[in-house]
Amino acid sequence: MFDVERWQEIFETIRMNKLRTFLTGLSVASGIFILVILLGFSTGLQKGIRSQFERDATNRISVRTGVTTKGYKGQNPGRRIHLHLDDYQDVGRKYDQDLEYRSPTYPIWGGQITYKNQTGNYRVEGAYPDQQYIENESMVSGRFLNNTDVSGVEKVVVLGNKVKNDLFKKENALGQMVSIFGINFKVVGTYSDPGGDREESRVFIPLSTAQRAFNAGDTIRSMAYTVMMDGNFDKAVERSAALVTHIEKELKSKYNVAPDDRSAVRVYGTLEEAKKIYTLNDTIRAVFWFVGIGTIIAGVVGVSNIMLIIVKERTKEIGVRKAVGATPASIIGMVLQESIFITSIAGFLGLFLGVGLLQLISPMVNSDFIKFPQVDFETSIITVVILIVAGAVAGFIPANRAAHIKPIDALRDE
Amino acid sequence: MIQIEDLHKSYQMGKNSLHVLKGINFNVAEGELVSIMGSSGSGKSTLLNILGMLDEADEGSYTLDNVRIKNLNEKIAARYRNKFLGFIFQSFNLINYKSAIDNVAMPLYYQGMKRNERMDKAMHYLEKVGLGPWSDHRPSELSGGQKQRVAIARALASDPKVLLADEPTGALDTKTSYEVMDLIQGINDEGKTILVVTHEEDIAHMTKRIVNLKDGVIIDDSRVEQVRALDHV
Repeated sequence: MFDVERWQEIFETIRMNKLRTFLTGLSVASGIFILVILLGFSTGLQKGIRSQFERDATNRISVRTGVTTKGYKGQNPGRRIHLHLDDYQDVGRKYDQDLEYRSPTYPIWGGQITYKNQTGNYRVEGAYPDQQYIENESMVSGRFLNNTDVSGVEKVVVLGNKVKNDLFKKENALGQMVSIFGINFKVVGTYSDPGGDREESRVFIPLSTAQRAFNAGDTIRSMAYTVMMDGNFDKAVERSAALVTHIEKELKSKYNVAPDDRSAVRVYGTLEEAKKIYTLNDTIRAVFWFVGIGTIIAGVVGVSNIMLIIVKERTKEIGVRKAVGATPASIIGMVLQESIFITSIAGFLGLFLGVGLLQLISPMVNSDFIKFPQVDFETSIITVVILIVAGAVAGFIPANRAAHIKPIDALRDE
Repeated sequence: MIQIEDLHKSYQMGKNSLHVLKGINFNVAEGELVSIMGSSGSGKSTLLNILGMLDEADEGSYTLDNVRIKNLNEKIAARYRNKFLGFIFQSFNLINYKSAIDNVAMPLYYQGMKRNERMDKAMHYLEKVGLGPWSDHRPSELSGGQKQRVAIARALASDPKVLLADEPTGALDTKTSYEVMDLIQGINDEGKTILVVTHEEDIAHMTKRIVNLKDGVIIDDSRVEQVRALDHV
């Protein structure tokens, strides 16, 4: 491998067949190039899709209510269904084992929040402490709501990053008082959300406080849960689907809603959707790999072809080598090394071009569904391994043929 | 040095079998210079190929330097060729993209000798055939006679027991042929066993013994008065 002579020979053959080597290299390089670009975009796609789901916990189940659209059991359509705290408690009790986090919510849209002379309209949501995990918030400062806040009907508020920045600018918000609809609330924490600005222009207050402030009694607007994720993913998806069906059915029967009324009671499980998208994503990735590998195979066949011609051209030389004592193994080594060398050099070139191009355009690609395409280290390593294997495969048939050249045939004077 | 007993070889040509060697018996002692003569189709090349372990006999025994040559796999054959034999071909068979010295050093490379040592030894043999100053030249920059000298140096480099020369002067003009024969005689004078296949009478008479092959059998095997090539140059 680290034999000066061997390398000299390889360079010599390459030098004598510049065009041919170049064309072969080109096919391998473009194969790797295309593979890298495809994989980069598949990663971008994955990131884009993931970011769509990361706004909230992926395993979320939401229960919302609305207005009935169908008459049922003597009731007229157009009736508004209100959820109550005991609905929330019933579900929690009944499906305790299947649920991870849970929170009833009472949101108000366009709540006016004021700090000193800064004012803005934001969504104000009454919730339980678990809402932090259901909405996938991470704390930037302070804390989220806790149980004491809820039981004590405390006037505390947790601000989204955007709200904090709008109202407080660079100032520290913790411990300050903001006014919501004219009631003073103490800021106990600020959070960030992977969903970005839209999800960060909300504030959370204890559910009990919200109910009292907005005169809601014991009604709630929606219920949010996350499904227990123990066991494998498919099990969790099944569990989620079962929960969705059961909760919907029970609420509908409780409030006398037609079973096929899609508006009055809406139960929605993200996990099934996530699974569908992830499966789609995996499929896309598999297709990209397939296409990429296909182009590499085309390249490999090219290299193999060239090596066969080279072996054929060097039949006599190989015969001479065998006559002076070359073993079949050393001949195989010679051809394989050359093949791996050509594929590797060309492949690395394609890899670097591909990665370089991705680096260049990545910051410019930031749409909803494709975000920052790039290849990670692991994928690069895999491509490199593919390259070397490809080189070995490409060289194997020609090398084997070379090893079986009989010196007597090779040296026969024509 | 070489003992051959009742050697048979046939080739399968489609459905017909071509019996090329029909029971060859002959011995070569150490230090002999033997020419094998015969018209084309007499089996002389086949015999040389078997002697060179490039081909294997169907029947009979072949012993080289007290080693029975039989049922060789490719690897062992390669090692034996490297250790026991030096080849000289009609068309030189040098590797044209390698310099003269690299060509000579090649058998040593396959012996696993270190580069420096290899180059030293190769240079020694190049000087021996009078091509010291041409060591960096490629075969394309050398004349036919010079090429054959490089090939001879290569054959000598691994210090083999026997040199096998297949029509060594076949591609050379008379003067150059005699120069090459002079070199071969010189090497033989130093004690090396050499077999030369040729169909040229004058070349054959520059060896010490002529074996005549016809239709796969030896029809004549006699010692001759050696003509020194130098006398004709």
